Amino acid sequence: MIASLAFYLFSFVLIMSALFVISAKNPVHSVLFLILAFFNAAGLFVLLGAEFVAFILAIVYVGAVAVLFLFVVMMLDVSFADLRRESMQYIPLGLVIGGILLVEMAFMMFAWSPSMMAGGNIAAAAPKDLSNTHALGQILYTQYVLPFQVSGLILLVAMIGAIVLTLRVRPGTLRQKISDQVHVRREDVVEVRKVQSGQGVE
Amino acid sequence: MVDIGLTHYLMLASILFVIGVFGIFLNRKNVIVILMSIELMLLAVNINFIAFSAFLNDLAGQAFTMFILTVAAAEAAIGLAILVTFFRNKGSIAVEDLSKLKG
Repeated sequence: MIASLAFYLFSFVLIMSALFVISAKNPVHSVLFLILAFFNAAGLFVLLGAEFVAFILAIVYVGAVAVLFLFVVMMLDVSFADLRRESMQYIPLGLVIGGILLVEMAFMMFAWSPSMMAGGNIAAAAPKDLSNTHALGQILYTQYVLPFQVSGLILLVAMIGAIVLTLRVRPGTLRQKISDQVHVRREDVVEVRKVQSGQGVE
Repeated sequence: MVDIGLTHYLMLASILFVIGVFGIFLNRKNVIVILMSIELMLLAVNINFIAFSAFLNDLAGQAFTMFILTVAAAEAAIGLAILVTFFRNKGSIAVEDLSKLKG
């Protein structure tokens, strides 16, 4: 009963905030509603017993991705009103395509039932006596170790790519060059001269 | 009140996915909101994976969700980096101007 109520609450807020994400006038509000949507999805995941993924969703999506969006939205000095001006003409097309998709998926879902054979196709059965995080860790580091490493590699490539794309060397700015400072020799910077009294250095 | 079954979660995920598709049409000029719509669609896919994982007692779906999260984070980072670079060069993020990226 409480689980059903929680499901309806989370999914209602999730759908409403998703609608606000795509319809908000100010992109900053869109990002904030996106964060709300992610929190509600994390709540749904907890209801389904996937606690670890729920917290990963809250940490990675809310903590990293949504904040990245927020930074970029606030950093770009764009008139977002101009971008929306002619967007109304695409609403009918979007409604038609979205409606067709939704009706198709609804047809499929009501005519669908799990196969009798589904129980035999389980790739990694969930152990009964372990917590979700424990069980997930056990398959992630044994059965799925190669995809796990590859996903780490994807993150590395994304990190290097983002740095290379946004790094900008501006001429005319002064930067500290540690190696030059370390490799400086005494002869380059200090000179000893004999100065006659009353004449000064020329 | 009825018990919550797999169909409820699948319905929720498909509604969320359609909202994401609609968002791409609604904000055809604003790349940032298009990226956010793609995030919403990926979230719908994740809900499907987790729902099947929970109802079939199979942990593989949750492992896959983590890989999808990784790819989504990488995609968002690269997309926003391209956007920032483009904004620096052109001073705009309108989608029509992005066709200049073809070279």
